[in-house]
Amino acid sequence: MSNAPTAAASSQSYLQLENVSKRFDDFIAVNNVSLSVERGEIFCLLGASGCGKTTLLRLLAGFEAPSSGRLLIDGQDLAAIPPYQRPVNMMFQSYALFPHMTVERNVAFGLEQERLSKSEIARRVGEILDIVKMGPYRKRKPHQLSGGQRQRVALARALAKRPKLLLLDEPLGALDRKLREHTQFELINIQQQLGVTFVVVTHDQEEAMTLATRIGVMNHGEIVQVGTPRQIYEFPQTRFVADFIGSVNLFEGRLVEDEPDFVRVQCPELPATVLIDHGISAPPDAPVWVAIRPEKISLSLDAQQQGDNWARGVIREVAYLGDWSVFLVRLESGREVRATVANNSRKSEDQFVRDAPVYLSWEAASPVVGSV
Amino acid sequence: MLQRLRQFCSLERLGRPVATAVPMLWLLLFFMLPFLIVLKISFSEALMAMPPYAPMIEWTHEQMLAIKLHLANYHFLFTDSLYLNSFLYSLKVATVSTLACLLLGYPMALAIARASPARRSLLLMLVILPFWTSFLLRIYAWIGLLKDDGLINNLLLSLHLIHEPIQMANTSFAVYIGIVYSYLPFMVLPLYTNLEKHDATLLEAAADLGAAPWKAFARITVPLSLPGVVAGALLVFIPAVGEYVIPTLLGSANQLMIGRVLSDEFFENRDWPVASAVAILILIVLLGPIVVFQRYRSRELGASA
Repeated sequence: MSNAPTAAASSQSYLQLENVSKRFDDFIAVNNVSLSVERGEIFCLLGASGCGKTTLLRLLAGFEAPSSGRLLIDGQDLAAIPPYQRPVNMMFQSYALFPHMTVERNVAFGLEQERLSKSEIARRVGEILDIVKMGPYRKRKPHQLSGGQRQRVALARALAKRPKLLLLDEPLGALDRKLREHTQFELINIQQQLGVTFVVVTHDQEEAMTLATRIGVMNHGEIVQVGTPRQIYEFPQTRFVADFIGSVNLFEGRLVEDEPDFVRVQCPELPATVLIDHGISAPPDAPVWVAIRPEKISLSLDAQQQGDNWARGVIREVAYLGDWSVFLVRLESGREVRATVANNSRKSEDQFVRDAPVYLSWEAASPVVGSV
Repeated sequence: MLQRLRQFCSLERLGRPVATAVPMLWLLLFFMLPFLIVLKISFSEALMAMPPYAPMIEWTHEQMLAIKLHLANYHFLFTDSLYLNSFLYSLKVATVSTLACLLLGYPMALAIARASPARRSLLLMLVILPFWTSFLLRIYAWIGLLKDDGLINNLLLSLHLIHEPIQMANTSFAVYIGIVYSYLPFMVLPLYTNLEKHDATLLEAAADLGAAPWKAFARITVPLSLPGVVAGALLVFIPAVGEYVIPTLLGSANQLMIGRVLSDEFFENRDWPVASAVAILILIVLLGPIVVFQRYRSRELGASA
């Protein structure tokens, strides 16, 4: 591209968003988002529909102009560059394949705009079609392909121009579950093979967890937390993130003890205090929330009525899912708690049946606490 | 339950032929039958009688059934240059008018398809609005506009842009004006129906892949709108070839379109067989474009399925 990265730019991240906002009349779709993505990353924007993630993607592609803020790729400001000149390509949610062109012509379309020689175009089209394993279908029209094949063509078309940045809008959304799992890993392979930086928009957290090197969770046009999938899942910084990612048991409570390396929280819905092995910066007696993941709760028939981190209840529902069983336990406070148990052995869950009284317990390392 | 299902299926099996029989019967009664009658008349001999042609099938004295195919009517059409000339003139007028309608109608249809939904219905309304007044009246209005002391000439004279009236009425020019004006909605509506269905993300995809707006238009919008172009072009071309009213009211007496010739043969000369032969020839000439139209339509249906 025309602007070589300057010395100042090279210290910056590859993709940089600075205080980007987008307003549609009264509605703020993207609110003051700042973000940096490194070269070669797969960055996932995760959020419910209407959270502004797709608008953010369209800002990067150039279909929308930001109301304020700056977008930079490799130190180059994108503001004045129309979509057809940006070093960015997009894979559309609907794939947007040209229905009147064959697979080959679809993939060649972007290269033809660059005035490459015919042989060069043919070579690169063949190359990318081989990568997505669509070579044998090069002469087909989009309506003669299955959903999974269309997805591959859309990916090939978007990658053919070797963009600096590839935007993917719900790339696996239209595929059925089995195909999706398979394609996820293939997508990662292709990304690593070509070294293109990916920004993926999805509402599917499993998809985000599998694909992403880092995830940005969005809510109401803002990015509420950025981190690796593990960080997002194990250490949600806000109640929203804790609740949005995976399933979780959330309790309200008050800080009763606050030490640098542990805290104790009193929750009205739990019979015992909750001991958590990490601190929180909050005044004593402050209202807090505590989140415990279902898989971190153990079930037991034996009494465990001492110390912290336990509860007692009756099993209300049992759902056998094969690899896991999900239990819904009603505590004495009336609160229902979700617990999942891995079915390590065939008999393991026989003892936990409906209406059986059980004890719940968890480790001090398991819960996450945050200020309300 | 199963029995009911079976009952339903048999009803469906019965319903399908009934549903297709109704339009078939309609076409048979009101299109095929009249067509066969015209075809028959075109092969008969003209007579000064009522009806003014000889019967085709006759019992002869020798108890024989004689079927007479009088081919002279067709032969006559190719010997008198009047018919060939008016045919060629009609095809020329129809072709030029179709192209003019396309050039005017495409931007109109595109603008309507891309307007906001509220504006869109208003604009569509304006396209259809002329149909609310009589077609004949609108053509007469054009005479008032185009004639030597008509609105346009008087305006130009009063502005001193011209010193004597330009002859516009009773010329080919007036015929073109009349046909393009009358048939423009038939071009705009099918084009609009096609363009309105276009997926806007295809143009975004084209832009994303590096195509500037005009290039995206040429490579995505135009090829995808071809079925609409073909439909609109044929809806203008086919009736324009046989147009009778517009050339009669606005055209010159020196250059006749084939529709006028047909009507003259029928009403002035009372030569029903020759008139029928002209009608059959028009049909044969138009069969080509109609086949093209059908092929396009079936291809479009096949692609969308």
